[in-house]
Amino acid sequence: MPMELRPNPVTPSGALPLLILRVLHSGSLHGYAIAQRIHVLSSEVLAIEEGLLYPTLQKMLVKGWVASEWGVSETNRKVRFYRLTAAGRKQLESEMQSYDRVTRAIQEILRTA
Amino acid sequence: MGELFRRIRYLIQRRRFDAELAGDMEFHRQMAAREGRGNFGNALRIEQQAREAWGWTWLDDLVHDLRYACRTISRSPGFSLIAVATMALGIGATTAIFSVIDATLLHPLPFPDAQQLVRIEDDLPGIAVSDVGISIPEFWDLENSGIFQYVSLNGGGSVNLTGSSQPARIQFEPVSPTYFALLGVKPELGRTFDPNDRTPGFTLEVVITDGLWKREFGGDPHILGRSLRLDNDTYQVVGVMPPGFRDPGQTPGERSTDLWAGAGFAADPAPDPVRGSRLSLGTIARLKPGLTLASAQSRLDALVAALKKQYPADYPAQTEWTVRLAPLSESVVGNLRQSLLLLFAAVGLVLLIGCVNVANLVLARASSRSREIAVRHAMGATRSRLMRQLLTESLLLSILGGIAGLITLACIKSLLLGMIPESFPRLNGISLNWTVLGFALALSIAAGAIFGLAPIRLTGELDVMKAIRQEGRGSTGSADRAHARRILVVTEFALSLVLMIAAGLLLRSFWQLFKVQLGFRPDRVLSVQTWLPEPNDPRTDIYRTATQEATLLREILRRNASLPGVDEVAVGDLAALPLGHGRDDLNMWPFMREGHETQTSQAPLVETAIVSPGYFHLLGITLLRGRVFSDQDVETTPAVAVINEAMARAFWPNEDPVGKRFKLRRRPNWITVAGVVADARTESPSQAGIPLIFLSIYQFRGKDLALFLRGQVDSSAIGDQVRAQVQSVDAELPVFGAQTLDSVLSDSLSPRRFSLQMVGLFAITALLLAGLGIYGTISYVVGEQTREIGVRLALGADRRAILTMVLGQGLRLSTAGAAAGLLGALIVTRLMAGVLYGVSPVDPTTFVIVTLVLTAVALAACYLPARRAMKVDPLAALHYE
Repeated sequence: MPMELRPNPVTPSGALPLLILRVLHSGSLHGYAIAQRIHVLSSEVLAIEEGLLYPTLQKMLVKGWVASEWGVSETNRKVRFYRLTAAGRKQLESEMQSYDRVTRAIQEILRTA
Repeated sequence: MGELFRRIRYLIQRRRFDAELAGDMEFHRQMAAREGRGNFGNALRIEQQAREAWGWTWLDDLVHDLRYACRTISRSPGFSLIAVATMALGIGATTAIFSVIDATLLHPLPFPDAQQLVRIEDDLPGIAVSDVGISIPEFWDLENSGIFQYVSLNGGGSVNLTGSSQPARIQFEPVSPTYFALLGVKPELGRTFDPNDRTPGFTLEVVITDGLWKREFGGDPHILGRSLRLDNDTYQVVGVMPPGFRDPGQTPGERSTDLWAGAGFAADPAPDPVRGSRLSLGTIARLKPGLTLASAQSRLDALVAALKKQYPADYPAQTEWTVRLAPLSESVVGNLRQSLLLLFAAVGLVLLIGCVNVANLVLARASSRSREIAVRHAMGATRSRLMRQLLTESLLLSILGGIAGLITLACIKSLLLGMIPESFPRLNGISLNWTVLGFALALSIAAGAIFGLAPIRLTGELDVMKAIRQEGRGSTGSADRAHARRILVVTEFALSLVLMIAAGLLLRSFWQLFKVQLGFRPDRVLSVQTWLPEPNDPRTDIYRTATQEATLLREILRRNASLPGVDEVAVGDLAALPLGHGRDDLNMWPFMREGHETQTSQAPLVETAIVSPGYFHLLGITLLRGRVFSDQDVETTPAVAVINEAMARAFWPNEDPVGKRFKLRRRPNWITVAGVVADARTESPSQAGIPLIFLSIYQFRGKDLALFLRGQVDSSAIGDQVRAQVQSVDAELPVFGAQTLDSVLSDSLSPRRFSLQMVGLFAITALLLAGLGIYGTISYVVGEQTREIGVRLALGADRRAILTMVLGQGLRLSTAGAAAGLLGALIVTRLMAGVLYGVSPVDPTTFVIVTLVLTAVALAACYLPARRAMKVDPLAALHYE
């Protein structure tokens, strides 16, 4: 029986703030849900380690890009939801733009070099 | 901004924030477990990393270190108490001296934009005279030069204030109306002078100090507009200065000015404003905004050159007339700079010695702490973390010491200020302000760093493997520490030696001054001042001529001679009062010898004193040649003078001056030298051989008079007795300032006595600290050698040999320290030359005696541990470990 070929999940350390900002753009989520959403949306290619997720979320709280508020989880528990702030939205925009520029540049090189 | 706010909010509510984070992660773990992914990693570590995002780790560490330091400090109260007390002494004393330096050297002038304030001095280097005063046309030239925003002249002197209960003599200054605008100060009441006032003579307006207002007028709220009689003229009070204001004068006399009178200096009582007639006035100015001292000086030089060309007759080329600008602050501080810096260096040395002592204590404790440090390193503390921990401890100690020092200082502040001589400038500007507090804090940190880091550097105590090894066998591994302690003791010994030699030199200077041959006998002599009024219109002066004044003086002398206990009486002007006058009271006059000088502008200035015939005998000034004055030398007989030896040497070398003639004080008549007297140090005990001319008071009138009485008199009552006698002749004359010449002599030495006392105090402190340091180190070394001594004794060594061995160790240390200290002292004392008198900065006697004293103290400090070593019981020593 052929094994289902599935590469090891990758941890996208550098782009993590961008990804978090992006998934929060569509609505507030709790920490676990953020990790899950990234995992699912990336067709299970990207996995977010807790050791990276929570320090990054704290840094974003310090920067004021996200704010936390109380909510109720699917399992009916009172948990903290992270919400995008106005500053976070602005940050998302600028990071998207610079990301676009960089990827376009990289693709250009890959295509023509 | 928002970020800082969020960080601070986190700091305040961190318990809640951290709990929320823990909740998040707990929930995450549960969810992951439900989905079968149990591996979460080190939750504690992740939490810690997440918390670090807020950036408060350093604070956590600091709080932790401080808490730890507090525990260690309170665990060894003896050590901590000694360390804090030593630091309190060192930091407190250094801060005290710094507060004086802050007020005098750093902020000498409490005026806005004080760096723009300058003093202007005219020099004639061609004939070697400086600060010759200024003529009024020159003053006008300066005003119109465009270099200065304001220029102001100021005279100095005193004036009779009559009309209140008792005629009073007050210190007053005639000043240009620009004076207060120039300084930039506002009055407390009323107004100051109008800077645009062009009145040629006195404006008849006066501004008074808060002190005079309260003392003479009882703080009268209606003082403004009140009329005052000053030397029989009427003036009007227009303003009262605030309590803290003091005149920025050059001399203590000027600084204690109580009253300023506006004057144009171009009409009576001033002479006609002609270029050749220099007035002995001070000139100060405020530079135009933006002008530096150097650029102002170069523009001024150009002005002087132009004036020389325009008025060649008034500025003969050979006098080389120059005008010099100097920062006003410099002339206020004057020669104090050197004394203060000496004190500062001395007290800094004490602090340094204190640091070395505490470093020594820290080392002594290191043995008991090396295991603790090794364990903490093994548990994962990094080297830098451990360093920070040790440093926190020493900083805490020194800051506690600094606080203790400051509190002590605040408590004994008035006592300390009382020790400072009255003549000190800016005495009431000395305070514990923010600059001083900041200095104390910086000093505490520096001191803590020194005594915290020195032991670490000297021993490499943080080398953990070594520390653990040392725990294995006590005595051998601590060789490093013993070595470090020896270095510290040698340093301490050397520093103390430098300080003690400095103190020794000051003591010898003082002693030399004390036993100097004054050339006059101050014992049993008492002086009382009385001043004759000098109205602005000479025609209203009832003592206008020497003859008129002589009648008054002969009567005053006759009456005072009959007072109980009085043997002799004499009278003279202020210049004749030994040691009692400041520079502003000097009478310097152009002096022209017959056949030599022909023009006043080339004449050297010579000090003159006016005295009655009895003056020389009363003060015990010896006559060398010719005669002194007699009662027959009066205004109608030819004018005669008595000169001192220095004058004869300077102007008639290898000639007999008796019978020679000269002109003085711009008078047309010749004055003949009648006699030569021996030099007397009437100027100051440290100044010998200043040329001096005495004139007879019956031929030349004097306004500022001092009466001299010799005899067995009651000095507390004599002032009133003399006043009664003088005022029975003229009730309008003030009589004040009764003092014995002995006390005047003692006062004149007070600045030196102050330096000596302070440096001496610091030196004794240093000696004590060094003694303690040597004692501690030798005790330690003996303790370490107990086993060795035990073995030696067991093998039959002589106990005396043990004593010699220990003392020998102390002697080696002190010899090394003495060598280093002598070398340092040779360098340091050279800088003291200016404050020494009659002793060389490298005086061998002082150097040898001080070294012997210090070595003796070191050996005494070694003796106790050496005796202990001698009594070691070999059996107990061998069983020691």
